[in-house]
Amino acid sequence: MSIDQFKYSRIPPEAEALRGEVRQFLADALKDYPVIRRADSWMGFDEEFSRRLGARGWVGMALPKRYGGSDASPFARYVVIEELLAAGAPVSAHWFADRQSGPQILHFGTDAQRDRHLPAICRGEQYFCIGMSEPNSGSDLASIKTRARREGDKWVVNGQKVWTTNAHRSHYMIALVRTAENSKRQEGLSQFIIDLSLPGITIRPIKDLTGSEHFNEVFLDEVVLGADALIGTEGEGWSQVTAELAFERSGPERFLSSIALIHTLIDAVGRSPDALQAKEIGRLAARLVTLRNMSLSVTSQLAAGENPAWAASCVKDLGAVFEQEIPELAQLLVEIPPTAEGGRDHARVLAYLTQMAPSFSLRGGTREILRGIIARGLGLR
Amino acid sequence: MREIFDSTVERLFVDLVSTDKVLTAETLGWNAELWAALEESGFGLAAVPEEQGGAGATWAELGGVVRLCGRFGLPLPLPETLLANWLLGVCGQEIQAGPLSFAAGGQLTLADGKVSGLAADVPWGRDVPVLMGITAGDAPTLVLLPVEAAATRTLCSNTAAEPRDTFCFEAVQPLLSAPLPTGIPADVLLLGGAMLRSAQIAGALQRILEMTITYANERVQFGKPIGSFQAIQHQIAVLSEHTAASVMGAEAAFAQSAVSLSRLAVASAKVCASEAAGIGASAAHAVHGAIGFTHEHALHLTTRRLWSWRSEFGTLTHWSSELGRALCQGGAALFWPTLVAGHLETPAGASV
Ligand SMILES: Cc1cc2nc3c(=O)[nH]c(=O)nc-3n(C[C@H](O)[C@H](O)[C@H](O)COP(=O)(O)OP(=O)(O)OC[C@H]3O[C@@H](n4cnc5c(N)ncnc54)[C@H](O)[C@@H]3O)c2cc1C
Repeated sequence: MSIDQFKYSRIPPEAEALRGEVRQFLADALKDYPVIRRADSWMGFDEEFSRRLGARGWVGMALPKRYGGSDASPFARYVVIEELLAAGAPVSAHWFADRQSGPQILHFGTDAQRDRHLPAICRGEQYFCIGMSEPNSGSDLASIKTRARREGDKWVVNGQKVWTTNAHRSHYMIALVRTAENSKRQEGLSQFIIDLSLPGITIRPIKDLTGSEHFNEVFLDEVVLGADALIGTEGEGWSQVTAELAFERSGPERFLSSIALIHTLIDAVGRSPDALQAKEIGRLAARLVTLRNMSLSVTSQLAAGENPAWAASCVKDLGAVFEQEIPELAQLLVEIPPTAEGGRDHARVLAYLTQMAPSFSLRGGTREILRGIIARGLGLR
Repeated sequence: MREIFDSTVERLFVDLVSTDKVLTAETLGWNAELWAALEESGFGLAAVPEEQGGAGATWAELGGVVRLCGRFGLPLPLPETLLANWLLGVCGQEIQAGPLSFAAGGQLTLADGKVSGLAADVPWGRDVPVLMGITAGDAPTLVLLPVEAAATRTLCSNTAAEPRDTFCFEAVQPLLSAPLPTGIPADVLLLGGAMLRSAQIAGALQRILEMTITYANERVQFGKPIGSFQAIQHQIAVLSEHTAASVMGAEAAFAQSAVSLSRLAVASAKVCASEAAGIGASAAHAVHGAIGFTHEHALHLTTRRLWSWRSEFGTLTHWSSELGRALCQGGAALFWPTLVAGHLETPAGASV
């Protein structure tokens, strides 16, 4: 790691040129989209909207043309996704495929796997979820127990995944599964692309504290997979998962989850803020500007083929603190208590994001785990 | 150019700006020999166009140099000289040899060609022959004033014993006066000063981060290095995150500034740096234990600078309030587009 890796990266003009088009599209497409739904951020699920984005070439856009993508630069993708997030567009359906599964299948997949998945991902039609966590394996991911055993040229999977966002409305799950018992726990893990319509799979939504159903428990009981379900190399699951993390941790979704609340807060404050309101809103803006530059800097490192896992962890941890502080500030800057039902937009968005906020420093790696990773990157053991 | 500047200045500072030198300057004051060596390097004129006798370097190329000044605690107004000469260049004026400083605080007025009023909190004011100010009023004017012509002077120093002096002028003939070109805001010295300090803070944080990591790996308690304790690791992780944020903020501020300084980027940088300074210094001291609280240990050479630099040229409150007022004024719909465009209008009445 080196602090100096945070270099300023300007979005190249050809990527920047997309922004106007995206904003125009969103202004039309979300004209009557309610503010409270915008607060869902990247948890908002709308297949129809995902397909419209796909038709525009804005899903899987960094994938090669021959698989239905646009060979777009990571910066072009960045412009599109940050505009989607800033507007609170419902992007959840294709989000994990666009961010993670698509690039992973491109990188580790066979030609057949690429042909099967990538064009449909790019059309905004094929959705993925990420099956890592299990009931007894959260932060300690390497302790997972879900197993796949070989039977002839098939794999048979048994076990349970949990907290699997969107499992109930995805077509596939990329699951991390144990394929061999090794003395070192990180060995003997493999990744599979699991068709969620297969027999033996039971998916039960888990209601979160806001009352929404985003995540699930997924039971796998003698699920039979073809040999071609394995993605990448048998036994290399851990390093494959680790390679995903820089993508997973550095994007604008790691600091824009509460932006809908900044918008309603500014509306509620009005054009002439008092001293405290001006100071705190300005302070949020300054941190947002800096986080965005940090995230863009990681993007340029990813584009250059580097592995900025350390820098990505910095972005995610600072970003989560930022996202969580927004509801804290919003509730003390204006005399508008949160409302679960009724009330003005600001009151409802405040209620929703206040309740969502605890998850921001859990999903994608907890605060404590990230700080541990950062410390190790600094040479502390 | 950036790499060459950075490596040249780093080598120069490694040779010339030891912690001993920094400490000595705190008691003995101005180090003329060191200034002469810096002057020879030409960096004081780096931001001036070549036609006017400078190196024609951009702010983007100079961000690292100013950061290194902070990292080494350079006890001389090289950043101030750089900015003042840059502004002379922007105003089409001849550059000045020797150290220069400027007043972003106080209030100066120009009447009948003479300057009166206060030039407040001037870095190294007592040590420079000439200081720069901008007079208040409808036609803000850049003036250079001979420090010796001040009627009274109030000597102050910041928590790092760096001079921050205030001068009162009574109808003094400026050495030079030039109207600010359009597009240059009346508070350009405050803005520029904030940009300098944001980079110096970032450099200083890099220094204490390195010191803190080294110390945590060396100091043994309960039979192991304290850096193996998770509570210590997390404090250092937070220190590194804020160091990274302040480096990023400063890099963006310098990269986005040219003939006009980017108000949005500079304000953001100074807000993040000022916040990082307090959090970072606190974490570094916590990890260093009692030894870090001694005069003998070098940690305070950097933390005492952080505790002053964060308040200089606009506190976190000054810059965040300005951002907040402008963004509320624009309304929610312009919030995101404004941040992405990186453009903030100069507020009406921005003045010294
Ligand atoms: C909204 C949401 C969506 C999610 N979506 C998905 C998904 O799609 N797919 C998926 O696989 N998972 C998903 N997760 C799960 C997420 O990855 C886990 O919650 C996370 O890894 C933490 O695991 P845990 O909840 O079991 O907590 P635990 O690991 O039990 O941690 C509990 C507490 O102990 C701390 N702790 C644990 N170990 C250590 C340690 N070594 N040192 C210090 N502190 C420690 C943690 O930081 C935390 O504070 C989601 C979670 C949430 C909240």
